[in-house]
Amino acid sequence: MSGSGGIATLGDHKRRRIDELAARTAEAGGVSLIRDAGRRLLRNPAAIVGATIILLFLVVAIFAPLVAPHDPVQRFPELTKDLTVDSMPGPTAGHPLGSDPLGRDFASRMIYGARQTLFVGVLATLIGLLFGVLLGAIAGAVGGWVDVLIMRITDVMLALPSLLLAITLVALASESTQWTVIVAVAVVNVPIFARLLRGSMLAQRESDHVLAARALGVKQGDIVRRHMLPNSLTAVIVQATLTFAVAILDAAALSFLGLGDPDINRAEWGLMLGVDGVRYLEVRPELAYYPALAIIVVALGFTLLGESMREALDPKNRR
Amino acid sequence: MVRVVSRRLVQLGVTLIALMTLVFFWLRSLPGGPVDALLGERATPQTRELLIQALGYDQPIWVQYGRFLKNVVTGNFGNSIRTGEPVTDVISRAFPATVELAVAAIIIAVGLGIPLGYLAARHRGRLLDNATIIVTLIGISIPIFFLGYLLKDWLTQDIHFFPPSGRISTGTDNTDVTGFFVLDGLLTREFDASADALWHLVLPAVTLATIPLAIIVRITRASVLDVLDEDYVRTADAKGLRDATIRKRHVLRNAMLPVVTTVGLQTGALLAGAVLTEKVYNWGGLGTLITDSISGGRDYPVLQALILLAAVVFIVVNLLVDLSYAVIDPRVRVQ
Repeated sequence: MSGSGGIATLGDHKRRRIDELAARTAEAGGVSLIRDAGRRLLRNPAAIVGATIILLFLVVAIFAPLVAPHDPVQRFPELTKDLTVDSMPGPTAGHPLGSDPLGRDFASRMIYGARQTLFVGVLATLIGLLFGVLLGAIAGAVGGWVDVLIMRITDVMLALPSLLLAITLVALASESTQWTVIVAVAVVNVPIFARLLRGSMLAQRESDHVLAARALGVKQGDIVRRHMLPNSLTAVIVQATLTFAVAILDAAALSFLGLGDPDINRAEWGLMLGVDGVRYLEVRPELAYYPALAIIVVALGFTLLGESMREALDPKNRR
Repeated sequence: MVRVVSRRLVQLGVTLIALMTLVFFWLRSLPGGPVDALLGERATPQTRELLIQALGYDQPIWVQYGRFLKNVVTGNFGNSIRTGEPVTDVISRAFPATVELAVAAIIIAVGLGIPLGYLAARHRGRLLDNATIIVTLIGISIPIFFLGYLLKDWLTQDIHFFPPSGRISTGTDNTDVTGFFVLDGLLTREFDASADALWHLVLPAVTLATIPLAIIVRITRASVLDVLDEDYVRTADAKGLRDATIRKRHVLRNAMLPVVTTVGLQTGALLAGAVLTEKVYNWGGLGTLITDSISGGRDYPVLQALILLAAVVFIVVNLLVDLSYAVIDPRVRVQ
């Protein structure tokens, strides 16, 4: 309403609209999509809930030694000495959640479990992401027979349902360790990341910013590294967030099938649920309930955040 | 259409051969190879030598590979290490149990999932919608073997409502015709056997259906919401078409495409869930077979055939999904 002459002319209207548009663009800045998405994310309660859960989980995992009352592998014989077939050491003084069948403080195992579960989930996701992104980037950047070959390999891996592929990989390994589980769960995700990245690279190959870079004589390697990969990264991060939830669920399933980590001292939620949890479900259901609840909540947190991120980045939802 | 199908079939063949090639070379790269896996560590050199000759492992690797491919193509997978029976017999015995379970699960998932997803979308933002979102989120976050044990614990131990495990009550006089117990009962008019088998099927099917159900509800809801936003739906509404007509002709039909894809993917993946479900309920199908051939000393011939079977099912289901597009969406037919 601050037109120079008082009466708004047609030209004024037009200029004001352009100014408005420019202001909005300037405000959004160079990384407008990401910043825009970030703002939408902060307004989404689902994202806040998800992020809070993940943050709590991280804090517990990092500060486990400070929070946990006991060492997770220390056995307290006095807790199990009156043990019969259908009794299980319940909560006592100093052991708020009681102990597991080997007399280890259950609360401490739950707290340290955050750490191990985070370890398994993060590594499985990262390894899958790394190899997937590498393969996808090569396929998308080089094209030709390399692309065909890499895509056929992912076809083969995607020809089995993911958990079944993980089971197969563990079964084919000569002996089971914690790493077998991590690698098996990671490998399952390689084709997903590879296809995601290749798709994104292909979509960009003909886009204006890449054509411009090519016209300016930027080397192919630099185009891929500086102009294409960063743009594909958001999709990869979203997928990684969702993958984490699936990874800890798959690891729990492998433990349940007897294909998990053979180390009985390891405090990992999937292992605690899949081995002792279901075995003692009728006698002492808490051994299953607590780790199961922890897994559900953490998986839920990552799914909520991942899906909110995907939604926020969707151009359809831009305002 | 024929060209598309035949091209996809060739692709399927290539994928399967590649998969089997990977499995073949992987097994041979294991320390000690399959012979050690078969005999264990305490075998004498003589038995080792005999087995190596019997299995043809003294031949050059390419000869072995050629014979392996020929066997796969002719459906000869050798004998199970655990029981000594032909692999095809072992698998075909377990097959009906899993198919019965999978069919029941997919009926639950589709029959409940699509209406629920649709209702949630129609009531967007209201109680039903929010409740659906929360419940389905938990559905995809819960380890299904844990859910299986929970249901089992509550409904078969605390209150004796459902049978805890197995496919049919022991002592039931049922005639085996097809291996599908529910169907057999109907065919032979032993209706009580059929009802008993159905009763046994409820909990495992619900457990197996959990993840597909949750995913189908979510995708249906999202897809219907997308379509409700479309101009043609607003137009149909504006020109005064009846609600039921809009729903059937414009909304549901257009919203179905992503749903069909999801149903296909989930059906193909059921075998993975069946491995867990069957262990919980002692079901004795392909899932049990997979667990047994891994944990009771690795039964590689059976495992190999099961991997191939799972891949064939997965790929064929996806092919069917692609073909069903042509039925649902006329635009696809042109290409």
